[in-house]
Amino acid sequence: MMNVAFDNEMRLQFLNRSENESFARATVAAFVSQLDPTVSVITEIKTAVSEAVTNAVIYAYEGKEDFIYVRCGIKDMEVHITIEDKGVGIESIEKAIEPAYTSKPDEERAGMGFTIMQSFMDEIMVESKVGAGTIVKMIKRIEE
Amino acid sequence: MSLVYKCIGKNMLVKFIGEIDHHESKTLRVEIDDVIESDDIKNVIFDFTNVEFMDSSGIGMILGRYRKVEDKDGGVFLVNVKDNLDDIFRISGVYSVAKKYDTLGEVMDLV
Repeated sequence: MMNVAFDNEMRLQFLNRSENESFARATVAAFVSQLDPTVSVITEIKTAVSEAVTNAVIYAYEGKEDFIYVRCGIKDMEVHITIEDKGVGIESIEKAIEPAYTSKPDEERAGMGFTIMQSFMDEIMVESKVGAGTIVKMIKRIEE
Repeated sequence: MSLVYKCIGKNMLVKFIGEIDHHESKTLRVEIDDVIESDDIKNVIFDFTNVEFMDSSGIGMILGRYRKVEDKDGGVFLVNVKDNLDDIFRISGVYSVAKKYDTLGEVMDLV
């Protein structure tokens, strides 16, 4: 996905602190606003980004402080977003994306993050390697 | 994010102001649970009128409060759910344990 020659692109890098969740989704929303999407499309993108970043904050580094990387590219009317961490990775992606599955029920995680990403974005791909990290790639097509 | 609340008998009315995400929900749930315990609350009524954004962390927060009051035969009620929140509630199946209502008046007739 990131081999696409984008018309415009931005990259963010920030620590895995929960207060950065709102920073990440607001920044992506501000960048995407150049395509003049509707308020409801902006909200869908913000929500999907918030879910992916929150997953990285909670699960990726197991309490250690480290960076989360967000990239957002625009090609015509398509928005490509990747959220990446270099953390512990996901053992079973199949299980992780199952609705209502969470490895942290004690922290009141509903396990709906991937389900919401899937329903709000047009495409989503998850790649993960145990001990190396996880990358979530999402595409949203904006109607003109 | 902040919340204001009012207790009417064993009912707690919670009004959120701002955004509900993982970061904010950590403090919100502690604040709400303190009141549930100290005032022996049975029903929690969430008013979403002034919520600008919510992700699935809000779902965890609602389900968590539901688990707190269900043993007392209580419930959780959702008022003024906007379209973007409605999608999230629908997708995640929250409505199977917490119903939505257009006005606070409707809920107060039930509890």
